[in-house]
Order: sequence, then structure tokens, then C-alpha cells
Amino acid sequence: MLDFSVVVNRWQDLVYGVGSTLALSCAGIVLALCIGLLGAALQRSSRLIFLVPVRIFVEVIRNTPFLVQIFFLFFALPFIGVRMDPTMTAVIALAINGGAYSIEIIRGGVESIPRGQIEAGAALGLSQFQILGDIVMVPALRAIYPALTSQFILLTLTSSVCSSISANELTHYAQRIESETFRSFEVYFTITGLYLVISWLMMTTLSMLGRRLFSYPNQ
Amino acid sequence: MPTKSKLPTSEGKVLIELKNVDKWYGGFHALKDINLSVRKGEKIVLCGPSGSGKSTLIRCINHLEKIRGGTVTVDGRVMGETAKSVEGVRRDIGMVFQSFNLFPHLRIIDNCSLALRRVKKMPRDEAEKAARKYLDRVHILEQAEKYPAQLSGGQQQRVAIARALCMEPKAMLFDEPTSALDPEMVKEVLDTMIELARDGMTMICVTHEMGFARQVADRVLFMADGEILEEATPQEFFSNPKHERAQAFLGDILGHQ
Repeated sequence: MLDFSVVVNRWQDLVYGVGSTLALSCAGIVLALCIGLLGAALQRSSRLIFLVPVRIFVEVIRNTPFLVQIFFLFFALPFIGVRMDPTMTAVIALAINGGAYSIEIIRGGVESIPRGQIEAGAALGLSQFQILGDIVMVPALRAIYPALTSQFILLTLTSSVCSSISANELTHYAQRIESETFRSFEVYFTITGLYLVISWLMMTTLSMLGRRLFSYPNQ
Repeated sequence: MPTKSKLPTSEGKVLIELKNVDKWYGGFHALKDINLSVRKGEKIVLCGPSGSGKSTLIRCINHLEKIRGGTVTVDGRVMGETAKSVEGVRRDIGMVFQSFNLFPHLRIIDNCSLALRRVKKMPRDEAEKAARKYLDRVHILEQAEKYPAQLSGGQQQRVAIARALCMEPKAMLFDEPTSALDPEMVKEVLDTMIELARDGMTMICVTHEMGFARQVADRVLFMADGEILEEATPQEFFSNPKHERAQAFLGDILGHQ
């Protein structure tokens, strides 16, 4: 017989798990966005010293499994003296992984901006950096916002992999409840629902944010 | 005052000077040994068949195109020697593009005040005040709070002119400013340009609007295949073009007017 009372009894743990997953994901998203913007900006440079490291970073991260990346950070780095707690490691792993994908997505957005926009900025005497920040960034982000949103939701769902190093997040709490109660079906059924709620929350928030930021009319 | 040129407005100091300018796109020789000097207050119209290098020429003046040989000097500054000289010259020269190139995510007032705030480091209220002044000058102040997409092509181009004027440039470059407009909007933009000319702005215009050339140009330059083939006052150029390419060109564009 199914018995959801074990899940109900541990609701505080689950709420805490949902909160942790949201916090972990938001931190990862913000950092991934920073990495994405910085990487996309560096990719516009003509200097190999900027271009090559970004290219290598993107290729290495996009062509290796996330689980291996997080194991590398958590188990391999201590051998060269870099030690972080599991949750910190999880945030950094999510930021690096999401950042690599964001670089490629944002680069696509930047490339979609007509040359004339950049020339108009240059003709007004704006610097390369100002052109990128004031003229290119908002329309570029608007162009790729749906792709970026789904990448960030993917990042949120991927955060469950961080349970493998016992980071503070929902799947980790679920595993703990399950190992204490042996109620696998009830526990995983519940967190499946909770992940759906989290995704829906993220999607709604991001699309509201998008409507606010990119409300200007189309040409 | 001694004058070298026979042309009417030859007084005033030289503001823009191109000397032996060469420009290549790969194996294509886009500008061949161009020499041109423009005095303060002069209005120059550049015309010629498409692909003749007109746009390339004015884009070399503010370094949107890099030249291979020769020098471009603007108000005593040799262009392209340092990054500073490029930004300095661009601040001194306004440019209006065929496709307007307004920034779609910024309101009209912000389109105009952006460069004042970023380049001239003006505080926001002061920059907006200046922007309103120039929007008023192109008769479009009432659209200040709108976004570019909410304006017609003619209105957008007038905003683009105001945006360039905000930087108080010493000269203005126009790159086919009316070519992308619907016919009924050409006049409002040309009228704005004529007012600007009357106020004494130094202007170099790439345009096929021969009525405009007749009305405001001090000199008409005819280009073909990357060379300036003819240089004359509008009266001379339209009534008695000397080069056969110019005769053929005028025949083509005036034939339907």
C-alpha cells in the first residue's frame, strides 16, 4: 500500500529542499549569465589571447558530462589544494556548465544585431565597450531570450545531479528521506511534482522578467 | 583673402582633407587616389552610379572604413593614427545612414542623449535638455517619449539627424539619407537637411536627390569606379557635364523626372 504520511511528516525537509534548489539554481544562473556575457564579449575580440581560451572553455565544457565536471571539481581539485564544500562546488559547477552554453547562445544574439547599429554607435564616438553594453546587449538578449530561458530551466533541473556530492538541494533531501523510510515511490513521486512546480515558477518568473526588460516595440 | 579655387564658397579654413586615399576590399580597388578638401561651411554632394565608391569615401572620413594608403585629416587631426584620434574625429563628425540605425530599445529622447551622457559625460537632465533642443529643431519634439518602431521612416530619419546634431558636430555626413524612404517622406527629410545647410553646417551628402543638390550644394562631385571624375558647381554639372560617364549618369537619373 502507498503511504504518503512519511512524505507529509517530512514536509519541512522538502520545503527546505525546494528552497535550496531554487537558491542553488538562481546563484548558478546569475553567475552563468555573467560568464556568458563576458565570454561573448571576449569572443568579439580579434586577439587570439582572448579568443582561444574562451573557445577551449566552451568546447571542453560542452563536450563532457556534467557529472564528471562536478566530480572533477569536488574530488580532483583537492589534490591540488582547492577544497570547497559541496554546495559551493555545486554553484560553481552549475555556473561553469551553464556559462559555457550561455556564451554560445549570447554570441548568436550578438551576431544577429545588424552592423548598422554598431556603426551608428561608433559614428557617435562611443567606445567598443559602450557599444556592446548600451546598444548591442539589450536587443541581443531579447533575440535569444527564449533559448536562454530554456537553458536556465535545464540548469535548474540539472542541479539535481549535485546530489551526487551531497550538495544542499531537493534530490539530496529526497534521498535522505528515502533511505530512512524505504518509501521510494512516494518520495520520488512527490519530488517529481515539486520539480514541475519549480520549473513552472522559473518559467513564469523569467518570462515576466523578459516582458519587463524587452517591452520595446518591434521595428 | 587669397583663394585657390574658382568655386564660390572657397573662404574659410579646410575642415576635412583627404590626400591620396586608397581603399581596397580584398582585390577590389574601391577608392583610387582620392583627393578632396572641404572647407568649413561647404556643402558637397557626391553622386555617381552604384558601386562607384561614394559611400565608401564618406565612411573613410570617420573611419568606419580603414584606408590602405593616403591620409584623412579632420580639423587638423590625422585620422587613424591612434584610437584616441578616431574617437575624437567621430565626436566631431555626425553621420546619418540610409537605414536610420536608431537604437530600437531606447526611446527617442534616449537615442539622442545616449552619446552625450556616455561620450561627453553629461548628466542625464542636461543631456535630455540638449536632446529636446535638437528634436525641436527637426520638428519632432512631440515624439520624444516614443520608441523608434512607433515612428514613420521620415520621422526616424529626422531623429537620426537630431541624434547626430546633439553632439554639436563640426560637419555632417549623409549616406543616401532618403534612399530607404517612401516617396512621400523624402521631402520632410530633405527640408530638414536644407534648413541645416542654411544654418551653415558643413555637409557631405551622398544622394541622388538632384533637386537638393541644385538647391544647396556648393560643389557636386561625380564618382565612378572609385575615382572622382568631375567636380563642378551644380549649375555647371547639371547643364554641362563634361565627363561622358557623368552625361550618361545624368541621362539615366533625370530621364524619368
